[in-house]
Amino acid sequence: MADPEIKSYEPHHESQSAAVTESLPVRLLLMAVAFAFLVIFVLLPLIIVFHEALAKGLGAYTESLSNPDTRSAIRLTLLVAAIAVPLNVVFGISAAWAIAKFEFKGKAFLTTLIDLPFSVSPVISGLVYVLLFGAQGLLGEWLKAHGIQILFAVPGIVLATVFVTFPFVARELIPLMQEQGNGDEEAALSLGANGWQTFWYVTLPNVKWGLLYGVLLCNARSMGEFGAVSVVSGHIRGLTNTMPLHVEILYNEYNAVGAFAVASLLAGLALVTLVLKTLLEMRYGAEIAATRGH
Amino acid sequence: MEVRVANVRKEFDRFPALHDVSLDIKSGELIALLGPSGSGKTTLLRLIAGLERPTRGKIFFGDDDASQKSIQERNVGFVFQHYALFRHMTVADNIGFGLKVRHGPSRPPAAEIRRRASELLDLVQLSGLEKRYPAQLSGGQRQRVALARAMAIEPKVLLLDEPFGALDAQVRRELRRWLREIHDRTGHTTVFVTHDQEEALELADRVVVMSQGRIEQVGSADEIYDTPNSPFVYSFIGESSTLPVKVEDGQVWIADRPIGLSAPHAPSGEAVLYFRPHDVELLDGCSGCIAGTVAASRRVAGTRRVELEIGGERQRVEIELPVDHPAAQKSRVAFRPRRWKLFPAA
Repeated sequence: MADPEIKSYEPHHESQSAAVTESLPVRLLLMAVAFAFLVIFVLLPLIIVFHEALAKGLGAYTESLSNPDTRSAIRLTLLVAAIAVPLNVVFGISAAWAIAKFEFKGKAFLTTLIDLPFSVSPVISGLVYVLLFGAQGLLGEWLKAHGIQILFAVPGIVLATVFVTFPFVARELIPLMQEQGNGDEEAALSLGANGWQTFWYVTLPNVKWGLLYGVLLCNARSMGEFGAVSVVSGHIRGLTNTMPLHVEILYNEYNAVGAFAVASLLAGLALVTLVLKTLLEMRYGAEIAATRGH
Repeated sequence: MEVRVANVRKEFDRFPALHDVSLDIKSGELIALLGPSGSGKTTLLRLIAGLERPTRGKIFFGDDDASQKSIQERNVGFVFQHYALFRHMTVADNIGFGLKVRHGPSRPPAAEIRRRASELLDLVQLSGLEKRYPAQLSGGQRQRVALARAMAIEPKVLLLDEPFGALDAQVRRELRRWLREIHDRTGHTTVFVTHDQEEALELADRVVVMSQGRIEQVGSADEIYDTPNSPFVYSFIGESSTLPVKVEDGQVWIADRPIGLSAPHAPSGEAVLYFRPHDVELLDGCSGCIAGTVAASRRVAGTRRVELEIGGERQRVEIELPVDHPAAQKSRVAFRPRRWKLFPAA
């Protein structure tokens, strides 16, 4: 599970004392193990994805990407992310604000709840929605009577995605806001700012890099989510298939080029996310370092 | 603007931080709230600001009851202990913030805000640093920016929470003098919190000594130092020596000897004598004095501190001697406090 590295802004100790430095063979061994692992489990699969996608040439690659069902899957994935990410930005900021900035009963419970989506299997998350909104589910009758389709349709996919990706923004912001405390907000209020101005001019800029980082992770996950979405989507081609689901279908139909072409898009997204994340960390780290001791 | 704190009580989760505190602050006065940590001084400051609401009691700004007003409506300038400068804004934007967030016609145009900001920067002697970010300033400079930012909104009252707490000694002394100058020039009613008695006594018109959520004494530096009204103030402000004594027939006794201090109004019985170690009169002979054997002696700057053992109880007490005083180990020293006070034995 991609656990946000909230401690990444800790000051780095460039020069380590001799006492804690391992001997050269140990260091080489550790590095070799780490590199071998990454090459076998991360780099090779990534190369294979692109290799397979382009196995029959660029023409086949672009052709399989222009397939109507594939296009529909891409559109759906973008749509779901476009809904889920902003929702989770709002939820995440609200939850982080509540937890970091004031005291209330049930705070510990809320903190635990935020982690729930990380701790349960995504399949369970999907099943919960089936039990809730399915034909035999709790709200099934009522929804049917009002002609609202949630399961096996876009709303269900969005709900499942929102659930699974909820913690990313909140968990990124909570430690940051807790560390910053209420001082800046109190200062803004004492200078006459109202609540909204305080949020907009003071709180948000203070957490913007952390927020962006959370959004990035949240976006990557909402586009890549498979388990929960698979349970609620119904796999209707051209209608309720997201990109990850579409990859699976194509692969099961022995359409390797098609499957890997779509997979290459997802992999590309992962690479872009990684690059942005690294850039953000560099930026974010500098910002934190610059404002340290203030 | 006069500020009146009337019978204010503040509880945090049922735990009282202030008990029934009343205080009148005159317009244009510079007041220090002085006390050890946990004495409630910062709570009192935050109550005046409106960052906290009193559990009971009222706070008046002039004749207005400000207790139920929000911090924005109270129009106070608050300088936070760690300055709370907005780190993503330049110095000029920090100072102009209070004007920028105003609504409607009371909001000055951008050029006017910029002009005010550089005026205030001149006042706090930081001209030319408009474009800097807080992280690029020293502690003392940040402190001044925080003050300029608080003054930009033309506050009715200026409140400072441990304004020099995070600075080193040299900068502290400079800023202290400088704050006094700014106060004299602008005439804001100013309240600041400190745990540093030197700072309070040197800077403030009046000092409010607080302990355990109560005001112990309010007065000028002279009053507080020369006539402390409680054992707490005696021991918290400056240095003090104490001796258990007895009062009989309006005279102060140690064991079976009168020590030449008359206390006609003190009730007879056990009491504790408080005096300043430096405020003593050395005597040659001893008829009516406190006499003791030197138990320890150490040099403190321009004077010598000796610890005396008094009487059969070997009660220890500290006094100050001139450096060239011949008192050596084991020699006897006789003295009588010049200024002193009796408090009932605890």
